[in-house]
Amino acid sequence: MTQNGEHPAIDAGYWEHFHHEADIGVRGVGRTPAEAFEQTALALTAVITEPERVIPVKKIPVACAAPDLELLLADWLNVLIYEMATRSMLFSRFDVRLEAGGLTAVISGEEIDRARHQPAVEIKGATYTELYVGQAPDGAWRAQCVVDV
Amino acid sequence: MDTRQFIRLSEYEWEIPASGSMRVPAIIFASEDLIADMDQKVFEQATNVAALPGIVKAAYAMPDAHWGYGFPIGGVAAFDPQQDGVVSAGGVGFDISCGVRTLHTGLRRDDIERVKEQLANRLFQKVPAGLGSTGRIRLGSREMDRMLAGGAQWAVKQGYGRREDLERIEERGCMAGAVPDDVSEHAKRRQRDEMGTLGSGNHYLEVQQVREVFDADIATAFDLQAGDIVLSIHCGSRGLGHQIGTEFLKKMVVSAGQYGIQLPDRELACAPIDSPLGKTYLGAMRAAINCALANRQIITQLAREAFADVVPEADLTLLYDVSHNTCKVEEHVIDGKPRRLFVHRKGATRAFGPGHPDLPDAFADVGQPVLIGGSMGTASYILAGTTAAEALSFSSACHGAGRAMSRRAAKKKWQGRGLVDELAARGILIRSPSMRGVAEEAPGAYKDVTAVVDATHRAGLAKKVVSLEPLACVKG
Repeated sequence: MTQNGEHPAIDAGYWEHFHHEADIGVRGVGRTPAEAFEQTALALTAVITEPERVIPVKKIPVACAAPDLELLLADWLNVLIYEMATRSMLFSRFDVRLEAGGLTAVISGEEIDRARHQPAVEIKGATYTELYVGQAPDGAWRAQCVVDV
Repeated sequence: MDTRQFIRLSEYEWEIPASGSMRVPAIIFASEDLIADMDQKVFEQATNVAALPGIVKAAYAMPDAHWGYGFPIGGVAAFDPQQDGVVSAGGVGFDISCGVRTLHTGLRRDDIERVKEQLANRLFQKVPAGLGSTGRIRLGSREMDRMLAGGAQWAVKQGYGRREDLERIEERGCMAGAVPDDVSEHAKRRQRDEMGTLGSGNHYLEVQQVREVFDADIATAFDLQAGDIVLSIHCGSRGLGHQIGTEFLKKMVVSAGQYGIQLPDRELACAPIDSPLGKTYLGAMRAAINCALANRQIITQLAREAFADVVPEADLTLLYDVSHNTCKVEEHVIDGKPRRLFVHRKGATRAFGPGHPDLPDAFADVGQPVLIGGSMGTASYILAGTTAAEALSFSSACHGAGRAMSRRAAKKKWQGRGLVDELAARGILIRSPSMRGVAEEAPGAYKDVTAVVDATHRAGLAKKVVSLEPLACVKG
């Protein structure tokens, strides 16, 4: 629902990349903050490979906490970067539940298959550059930041 | 950028005078063309850095400066602990101590022409590259801590390389003041499988030929002549450094208010040098420098093994190893008085000139080698530190080409396979696990490194010595 009590103008969440001179911006748009966070996670995977190539066979629960929604978005992406690096996995499905001061999520994916996924680049971390979480007048939630590759 | 925003101090030096919250001016070194092409964000970021507590003299940006995180990439700033100076996780960046090392091979072009393909394949087999690759070394927690405390010195003790390599590495291969206990378990876990790996993005290992000699005397002192084959390795502290950067960025943002620091940009996250958080960051960041030095040392050994398999007469000896994302304690003379400063270089190379006490004897008369990587398929350069750079930029120079085009635009414009074929036709062999990665790293996606190096030379930050031409490149 928007601040005016109307339904958001978008029918479904979506993700996109935006320009940064040296690196890449990830943006998720959703009807709720949780959906925007899920879409930003898909945009993160898309920096590395096509998300549709990643089969969500293995589920992993994750959680993080931060003092505000924007720092929480950076934390969420950094948790995903950590899980990708230490498990050698890629993820394509994200079920996010936002709670007071944090979030819990179940992320699903599979082990990296270098031939099939053709991973383009490793992500070092989510930055606070262009970091933003907020609701547009049309009710859609937007969550974004630049990631360092 | 509109050059009218600056006071032109000299042909290659542009000043933004201190105003508003800026404590010092900002100075960008560049040619008129380079500065005109720079993003306006470089101006904003340089002025933001100039507003940080305890900054000394000026916030500097090198000729390859571009829009970074908080600090511009190509940014240099020094802080004085006696004047409430800060240390900034954002000012060092995620890839702590990312750097370049160049090795002589003792070979000439004719020695490798026939075996170039075999050599490229062997290097690609030996040196793990790209996302999802793992090293053959697994460190237990005690050994991990020894590596973090010992850097390349640790690696040599483990049999990776030779004792004499250490003489040719900044800090003699071991960064003092590293505190492994200040590094989180998460950061250590992230490094577990990544020792001796190249990483991805703009990291590479490249067989190169010395193409042009610009300064014969210094080239002789560096033991380089046209036609020599060298090997360059560009990579950093891998997952450990990335995780340390991530964790301390957040800690410093959250605690800035507690230290009375107003951040003009969250990415400038910092803490007073003498605060508990500042000290913990320095302990962890120095451990990450050691991780990077150990990593490049291990890769050196892997490269030596690959050369030995293909060209047994090769003898890989280290020319030098430089880091370009660091914060280091250095003495600099300010207004005639020596001061102990914390110099941040983010995408900038330390470039000590002749006579600097920290240089190996071999470089005492000519200054240190400043190793500047190009992009895949384009030239790289070796420069020499100058005495003048001490007063100009706290002895700092550029670090590379810098991107001109986003990864996404590059992926749309080029096909990886086509690029590999095109470069092969020009005699440059590319080996990479990811064709999409190759497309995103296309030579045309980078700025012209030659213009950056020329500006660095003409500004007096470092002297051009030789150019290097790529022959075979392993890309992550």
